Amino acid sequence: MSELTLTVMRLGFLAVLWLFVIVAVQVIRSDLFGTRVTQRAARRGSTSDRPPNQRQQQQPARQQNRPANNRQRRGAPTKLVVAEGSLAGTTVALQGQTITLGRAHDSTIVLDDDYASSRHARIYPDRDGQWIVEDLGSTNGTYMDRSRLTTPTPIAPGVPIRIGKTVIELRK
Amino acid sequence: MSSSNTTTITPQGAPNRRNTELFLLGFAVLIPIFAYANVGLALNGSLPAGMLAYGLGLGAMALIAHLAVRRFAPYSDPLLLPVASLLNGLGLVLIWRLDQSPLLKRLGQGTGASTQLMWSTLGIILFVCVLIFIKDHRVLQRYTYISMVVALVLLAAPAFFPARAESFGAKIWIYIGPYSIQPGEFVKIIIAIFFAGYLMVKRDALALASRRFMGLYLPRGRDLGPILVVWALSILILVFETDLGTSLLFFGLFVIMLYVATERTSWIVFGLLMSAGGAAVVASFEPHVHQRVVAWLDPMAIFGPHPPPGLISDQAAQALFAFGSGGVLGSGLGQGHSDLIKFAAKSDFILGTVGEELGLCGMMAVFVLYALLVQRGMRTALAARDPFGKLLAVGLSGAFALQVFIVAGGVMNLIPLTGMTMPFLAQGGSSVITNWALVAILLKISDTARRPAPAPAPTTDAEPTQVVRL
Repeated sequence: MSELTLTVMRLGFLAVLWLFVIVAVQVIRSDLFGTRVTQRAARRGSTSDRPPNQRQQQQPARQQNRPANNRQRRGAPTKLVVAEGSLAGTTVALQGQTITLGRAHDSTIVLDDDYASSRHARIYPDRDGQWIVEDLGSTNGTYMDRSRLTTPTPIAPGVPIRIGKTVIELRK
Repeated sequence: MSSSNTTTITPQGAPNRRNTELFLLGFAVLIPIFAYANVGLALNGSLPAGMLAYGLGLGAMALIAHLAVRRFAPYSDPLLLPVASLLNGLGLVLIWRLDQSPLLKRLGQGTGASTQLMWSTLGIILFVCVLIFIKDHRVLQRYTYISMVVALVLLAAPAFFPARAESFGAKIWIYIGPYSIQPGEFVKIIIAIFFAGYLMVKRDALALASRRFMGLYLPRGRDLGPILVVWALSILILVFETDLGTSLLFFGLFVIMLYVATERTSWIVFGLLMSAGGAAVVASFEPHVHQRVVAWLDPMAIFGPHPPPGLISDQAAQALFAFGSGGVLGSGLGQGHSDLIKFAAKSDFILGTVGEELGLCGMMAVFVLYALLVQRGMRTALAARDPFGKLLAVGLSGAFALQVFIVAGGVMNLIPLTGMTMPFLAQGGSSVITNWALVAILLKISDTARRPAPAPAPTTDAEPTQVVRL
């Protein structure tokens, strides 16, 4: 057998051996599992029956929301604080995305509150970056100060919003 | 605005990776066939005659194992089986290559590969049996203390069997007719089951009842009991069976599992001190162990004008020569002279052939393969949900890693040489069978760990909202 062939085979074999190692490491890389944080575009009411990661669909939704994020005004609230109820003390940063509240497990803030509905209310920024709270047809209603909300209402920072036994506020 | 954007954190189960495994397995069968052809071309200038049969045999074995995994452990790790198959296949090629050496043929060691192929087949059969019959690794927990007794009996057994000339001092074999069994290999799995079951129950006492001293958690005196007992046993093995490898594996495995179970670094410190001290004392009076230490300290002294009296073999020196002549890229399969190691070239010193014919480059690839196997075992331990499974996976992969270290370290003269075999690569029936069983148990644990969680119980969504009565 010629020297050249054997040299080529020798180096080829090493290359193939390392190729196997590299492919195996790639498999490990694609095999990482555990918990995954998914940004997803969720349509109300139909969220639960959708597979958890649909990357194609989340892209347009993100772009839709970005302008609202950029247009956040100075002095606008930056966080949502749960003031009373079982989740008291929880804060959620306001980053231009809609926050849903309710007992449903896919809500942004899952309320452990017998007097809250599954999908109770949502808080979202309008085009000017003003935060709006909207009751989603809940059983017991959403209250701002003492008055029950009937229409989407702008929220002023520090005004308590009552949902069942839970009270939330927006703060700067 | 009908769509809104929410961020959720969901536990993400690993997908079923059987097709990836099949692909890798195909790759893992082709590499040894390539190596086989390479050896044949280098030695005789033609493709070896048995190449087709060998390739088909290896492929059939891999396929059977794969189908068993597909059926009985569908969610298990995709890498364990291909890596193990590749190592086993490479080992077969290397043994066959050494069979062709005229020097070893003259020594009566010319039929290693066919025997090894038979043992590998038995190993695959055991692999499939473990997958079928151990439905859930947690049943092994029931046999905690039985496995302790079995392990002790197996460990002690070789000391009571008469040693034979060819075993060269270390009494780690049991001879039954023409066959020899190395029970230390089987003990590896059995003792891991015992340690896992024992530490799962006792770890709180071992971890929490301790005083802090100079940054170390010192355990209470009475909690030192188990480690002292295991240490004493490993010293007894060293004295009566004169085998550093089994002793080190046994004690090291316990220290690893103790550390993982209790998260206390002090155990590692104690373990290292105790094993180093014990080994040093035994080496000073036990002739066989002393001989190994002498060969370790200066392997080249055998070529000197006055070789020290303990040094009787030039194996260690020849292995170092093999590594040296291999260089970075190696001499090429079939073109080295690692048969000069003579005795044990196919078993303990198989790494010498890897180092010479594949070079540093190939050697590193082989080590990375071992590392991948161990890493997948450790990953399985991390993913496992039950403490027994976690400890068992750590124990099995730890034993595997320790064995690779002990053998490779011995051959490379980093630590004194021991009579253990390189898992999957080296010739040795007990070893290859045990390691296939070990991989099967790891696959079974990883199957349980990676199985997607059952659908969650209906949540509060379903319950009606209570109405406020005004």
